[in-house]
Amino acid sequence: MAASESDKDFVVFDRVQKSYDGEQLVVKDLNLNIGKGEFLTMLGPSGSGKTTCLMMLAGFETATHGDILLGGKPINNIPPHKRGIGMVFQNYALFPHMTVGENLSFPLEVRNMSKSVREQKVKDALDMVQMGDFAGRRPAQLSGGQQQRIALARALVFEPQLVLMDEPLGALDKQLREHMQYEIKHLHERLGVTVVYVTHDQSEALTMSDRVAVFEDGRIQQLSSPDDLYERPENAFVAQFIGENNKLFGKVEAITKGVATVKLPMGGVVKAKAVNCEKGQDTTLSIRPERVKLGASKSSNATDAKVLELIYLGDHIRCRMNVHGNEDFVVKVPNAAGHKHLSVGETTTVSWLAEDCRALDA
Amino acid sequence: MSDVANGPVLAADGTPLKKRLGQALFRSKLRAFGLVVPLLLLILMAFLAPTLVFLKRGVYNDEFAKVMVNSQPLLAAWDAKSEPSDEMFNALHADLVQSRKDKSIGRVATRVNRELSGTRSMFTSTARKAEKMEPPFKDALIDANKKWANIEVWEAMKISNKSWTPAYLANAVDLKYNADGSFERKSEERRIHIKLFVRTMEISVIVTLLGVLLGYPVAFLMSSLQARTANLLLILVLLPFWTSLLVRTTAWIALLQGEGVMNDLFVLFGLAEDQNRFSLIYNKTGSLIAMTHILLPFMILPLYSVMKTIPPTYVRAAKSMGASNWTAFWRVYFPQTIPGIGAGGILVFILAISFYITPALVGGESGTMISNFIDFHMRDSLNWSLAAAMGAVLLVIVLFLYWLYDRIVGIDNMKLG
Repeated sequence: MAASESDKDFVVFDRVQKSYDGEQLVVKDLNLNIGKGEFLTMLGPSGSGKTTCLMMLAGFETATHGDILLGGKPINNIPPHKRGIGMVFQNYALFPHMTVGENLSFPLEVRNMSKSVREQKVKDALDMVQMGDFAGRRPAQLSGGQQQRIALARALVFEPQLVLMDEPLGALDKQLREHMQYEIKHLHERLGVTVVYVTHDQSEALTMSDRVAVFEDGRIQQLSSPDDLYERPENAFVAQFIGENNKLFGKVEAITKGVATVKLPMGGVVKAKAVNCEKGQDTTLSIRPERVKLGASKSSNATDAKVLELIYLGDHIRCRMNVHGNEDFVVKVPNAAGHKHLSVGETTTVSWLAEDCRALDA
Repeated sequence: MSDVANGPVLAADGTPLKKRLGQALFRSKLRAFGLVVPLLLLILMAFLAPTLVFLKRGVYNDEFAKVMVNSQPLLAAWDAKSEPSDEMFNALHADLVQSRKDKSIGRVATRVNRELSGTRSMFTSTARKAEKMEPPFKDALIDANKKWANIEVWEAMKISNKSWTPAYLANAVDLKYNADGSFERKSEERRIHIKLFVRTMEISVIVTLLGVLLGYPVAFLMSSLQARTANLLLILVLLPFWTSLLVRTTAWIALLQGEGVMNDLFVLFGLAEDQNRFSLIYNKTGSLIAMTHILLPFMILPLYSVMKTIPPTYVRAAKSMGASNWTAFWRVYFPQTIPGIGAGGILVFILAISFYITPALVGGESGTMISNFIDFHMRDSLNWSLAAAMGAVLLVIVLFLYWLYDRIVGIDNMKLG
């Protein structure tokens, strides 16, 4: 169906490149399709090109090459104020000389809406973020979390189909940030608006998104749902960037039925799921700390481990060990009844399943 | 909480906490005050006291009463209508004799001459003859100069006789103070001060507006450029500051005069005929151009410092909400620069209203401002009391405008950096 096809490609980046100085590409060959109603997060370290992509979509930067399409139409030559895209900025950018109500009314005024319509919409938007009583206040009189809500309401009040958020929670403290993550997620679910969200905080990305695009070096390294991203990283950068990760370096000896036999420099041999490696090549093995078991197991990947450090974290104990010569190998021991008590210096056995160990690019 | 119920909160040693706190803070307050004392004394002795003393001259002048001690009480009691009595003539004679001896007659003559011109020589020449006069002095004095019979002369003396007098203030606003204590407007051709005040205001307002119009884009450009280029521009803005005011003004003479660079260019491009060059200097235009140029940095700097603190995200946010470039500027950017316009505007206006060297050099007659007139009375006519009165009127006008500004824009809203 044509309708569903266009719904799937609501926003399209088609071979987009961007350079600021004509010497280096900040964004290299970006291809990305965002569906209608989707919550897509651009995640990456600073300087990876994610904010540039957002600014190109908003119209504040021009693409050096390639097309950006919104609802099937190329928007490269449309100025920002005609794109109809809502935006939440990092420091909220609430106009300090206007009250909260005037801030929200602004996008409606420039659309020449009548006063009564404006008042109703402003009231609805403020109620939506539970700030109904604050219309008469100035932004400076609000706390960070309250300003954040007003910025959100202001980006939504003119009912755009697409809302861009540029690290909107960056300035809040941890507790408030987590709370706002849920609020934004719920607002998205309720309104069905398409959201493109930029952050460098992976837990934020995993909590809120339908899909996450991991940026590094001007490219999308992986684009998938949060659980795929965490459990099935496609390359060593994503595995390292998302969540905690244990790395082992080795050489692929053989691949049979998707299982790679990897020889480690210290002499050990590990079976791993072959994801992104070739026979005879170097590889990075990635194992999540919570997938490592203590004690002997029938699995082929059992090895000796020397306990180097124990950190008590309440619900679990973080145990740093020497495994196959890697002294930063971390195992999370759940603080459950009857768990094994370790002590520093002791040597024990750890093991993991072959499918929990992914052989990725070097 | 019993100690709260029983009275003031006590410190550990039993004295009331408030008193202890006051003692604890007193020493540090005293020390802080000690740091500003030198400046305070300097301002008090070198600025505030002289200003007040000089302002007093605007309403107090005892040049007449101090010398004419015999006439003083009689003139004060005189009703300014009836014929001057013999007693008054006798007193006048005695005063003239005395003042001739201690050489103070010149000051008295000048003082009365300000109220009624043409009386100066009357005083000095009569005083010369006074010693040899025989009673009755009324006839002797009128004999010496028949103008002593004129009642206007006596009225002028009665006005001069008052030490505390509104005469100078009245003069500063083109009013005439009469001997009977009434005021009337001066005759049409003698009303020059109000015209000068109005022209001073007009020039200052135009210079301020031109400053905003010319300075705003420059400040905006500087605030939107990268730090290195912006600093270069800032140096260009500041460069005139390092040149003497006199040099800058004289440079304008070279540029603007009839045979100057500007007019040569106008003729070259056919904008003016050679015989019919523009008169850009020694008139109001000259004052306006030179003053705008000299005062422009005072506009640009506060504007720049305010604009630099406005992040570009505000305009971006406005555009993302659908505002066109103009709306985003006018509704979002411009209101945030008003504190800068206010600070720069009030700075330029107050400097312009008391501008002196530039209008004196390039203003000609139509570009003369009130401060040039004050200077004239200080140095040429030596009528310091009138100069003080005009200064006082100028001060009142500035204070009034400052108050108005506070009411409309708010002084708190002013930002210099």
